[in-house]
Amino acid sequence: MAYVAIADRDNEQELHDPDTFITKYVWSQDHKVIAIQYSIIAIAVGLIALVLSGMMRLQLAFPDAFAFIDPTAYYQFITMHGMIMVIYLLTALFLGGFGNYLIPLMVGSRDMVFPFMNMLSVWVYLLAVIVLVASFFAPGGPTGAGWTLYPPQAILTGTPGADWGIVLMLVSLAIFIVAFTMGGLNYVTTVLQARARGMTLMRMPLSVWGIFTATVLGLFAFPALLVSAIMMLFDKLLNTSFFMPAVLSMGGQLTYEGGTPILFQHLFWFFGHPEVYIVALPAFGIVSDILSCHARKNIFGYRMMVWAIIAIGGLSFIVWAHHMYVSGMNPYFGFFFATTTLIIAVPTAIKVYNWVLTLWQGNIHLTVPMLFAIGFIFTFIHGGLTGLFLGNVVIDLPLSDTYFVVAHFHMVMGVSPILVVLAAIYHWYPKMTGKMLDDTMGKIHFWGTFLGTYSIYLPMHYLGFLGVPRRYYAMGQTEFLIDSVGPLNVGITIAALIVSAFQLLFIFNLFWSLRNGKPSGDNPWRATSLEWQTPQTPPVHGNWGPMLPVVHRWAYDYGVPGADEDFIPQNKPSDATTGEAHETGDVMGSHT
Amino acid sequence: MSILQQLTAKSWETQGALEDIQGEASLALPDAKVGFWVFLGVITMVFALFAVAYNMRLELGDWRPLADPAILWLNTAVLIISSIAMQVARVAADTGNVNRTQLGLTIGGLCSIAFLVGQFWAWQQLRRAGFFLTSSPADAFFYLITGLHGLHVLGGLWVWARTSAKVWGGAEIEKVRLSVELCTVYWHFLLIVWAVLFGLLLST
Repeated sequence: MAYVAIADRDNEQELHDPDTFITKYVWSQDHKVIAIQYSIIAIAVGLIALVLSGMMRLQLAFPDAFAFIDPTAYYQFITMHGMIMVIYLLTALFLGGFGNYLIPLMVGSRDMVFPFMNMLSVWVYLLAVIVLVASFFAPGGPTGAGWTLYPPQAILTGTPGADWGIVLMLVSLAIFIVAFTMGGLNYVTTVLQARARGMTLMRMPLSVWGIFTATVLGLFAFPALLVSAIMMLFDKLLNTSFFMPAVLSMGGQLTYEGGTPILFQHLFWFFGHPEVYIVALPAFGIVSDILSCHARKNIFGYRMMVWAIIAIGGLSFIVWAHHMYVSGMNPYFGFFFATTTLIIAVPTAIKVYNWVLTLWQGNIHLTVPMLFAIGFIFTFIHGGLTGLFLGNVVIDLPLSDTYFVVAHFHMVMGVSPILVVLAAIYHWYPKMTGKMLDDTMGKIHFWGTFLGTYSIYLPMHYLGFLGVPRRYYAMGQTEFLIDSVGPLNVGITIAALIVSAFQLLFIFNLFWSLRNGKPSGDNPWRATSLEWQTPQTPPVHGNWGPMLPVVHRWAYDYGVPGADEDFIPQNKPSDATTGEAHETGDVMGSHT
Repeated sequence: MSILQQLTAKSWETQGALEDIQGEASLALPDAKVGFWVFLGVITMVFALFAVAYNMRLELGDWRPLADPAILWLNTAVLIISSIAMQVARVAADTGNVNRTQLGLTIGGLCSIAFLVGQFWAWQQLRRAGFFLTSSPADAFFYLITGLHGLHVLGGLWVWARTSAKVWGGAEIEKVRLSVELCTVYWHFLLIVWAVLFGLLLST
């Protein structure tokens, strides 16, 4: 085994061995347990958001058929659905869940560098979720301001949840940001500080690169959301006028005076656009690793992939105003933001080409994770191309606030990252539990989800071209809409409900396979990266036993000519090296 | 290897661990220090965004500035003294001088508390002069920004208290050296933030 004694490392980590049930599974400082806690909370709250979207679809397909969905409830559903999916599900799952699980294992560390803060992070995240969910039970219900929470309407009487819902939402966001910052400091510092011997930056798997860069984005973008949340809370609770202009409301002049709502939009989207990449970059990284592993071929253009991740991360901070073309701006600003937006397509296209070229002449195994990963390439190209349309000012203006936009962002940052989340769960579930997820159920789940989401969102582009506005409770008697809009909405709703049912099958599979799944062994996919080379599966506290791994090669040695097998683990020494002094025993991973 | 060389390395061509061993795998800094600097980056972002928001509002033309209480100058001086005292403590900790470390920490902490009291006093003066939180955006920004800075000083004082307790409790100077150093850097950081914010408030 290519391991090295702990004493060889400069900054040794102290490990507090958990001995009771509480310290092992509840107040645990082990990154793997924290990752699973994060994931369970995120998926649970995500299921709430899924139910909300189902109810929205029911209203759109069968207006006025359900008494409990009135306009107020409908606006509350769209708001909570959006906010939960973007922040409390995707951000938390990718960074808190996969980041926590994968970073220490992939870079060859025993744990995160600040385990106590890591534990606080997950519990503070739970608090944020509780505050958010509490708004469903507050007087007036949750806020219905739309997930962008634009003032002045977000805090004015008449908007659903303007009394308590909006306050709880803003407080919950602030708490979430505290939780994320505690976790994020861990992820960044662990990648910088705790890599195993020989794990150079360019030997890190792309999953780590994606999660690392997304965390950096999060650390610098979430403050904008924090700042706007604090200022809006002041406006709401203390009657300041940061965002509130002089307003006439319900026939009376309010005390607000001199605030500027546009300021909120700038702050919100300065957070909001990097947020897209906070969700997308981990997906990019993870999908690269899955494609390479299941195509038994090294990733095409590894360095380009790393540089593209960094370039996308940097560019994501200077495109935010493309969400605000309709808010009105200096035409030169529009020109600038349209240009930067289109420039992002360059590194993104490099990534897409490289994924496809990785598959080219690979030995493609159509396993369930691979199906989801290939599905991602389709949906992401699709959503990315419509983004090119919307990035142009002149095309965005007529399409703004139509279902075309809804279809675009659901393809690009709803369906695509979720497909990667599912791919990743199928891929790493064996490492987390020691059991394989059921293959048949997995394949049914994939085809239902992939074809189902396409039949939801493809027609929405058409609805958008027809001019169907988003966020409308009901279309009513609208002259410019042709008759086919109604039946199309019914079809979309049926597809949405079917896709939801397929997700229940997946949840069932998660539990069923825990008990009945095939034992996976240490390395069922015959993968190279370090997390598959742990002495135990699932890995125990401390991950590596007495010796830390030593890394001898990059993470993509698949199908190397002349090698004994079609993969070479990262910690397997090559014959040519002189590093034998630190190695003992046989090579791990070759006995699967 | 420089960061540029690391990021351009053709990792598929080279194998083996030996050439990477010495200091390459990590930044060769204490974990706490790296985490701390990243955290400073996050706080910088928060204050920078408030400053940008302030400027954007300022440009709208109907800005009604508020009076600058003279006590703010005194507070600034007190904050500078506390930063100097912390620097003395840090140098003393480096050279192993326990007494001077204790002295520096004490003066630094007490001056910071005095600064907070002074800031509160400034708020009282403004309120007596009729500038309330809700009077105009200028007032709201002033209270918000000074309040947020004060909260960060308060947070620093909490860490300062823990460090001081260790120093006074007779901990070995080597064990607290890093804590004293990070406290000191944080103090300098908050001084710089205050200088920028104060300049911004004065200039309008």
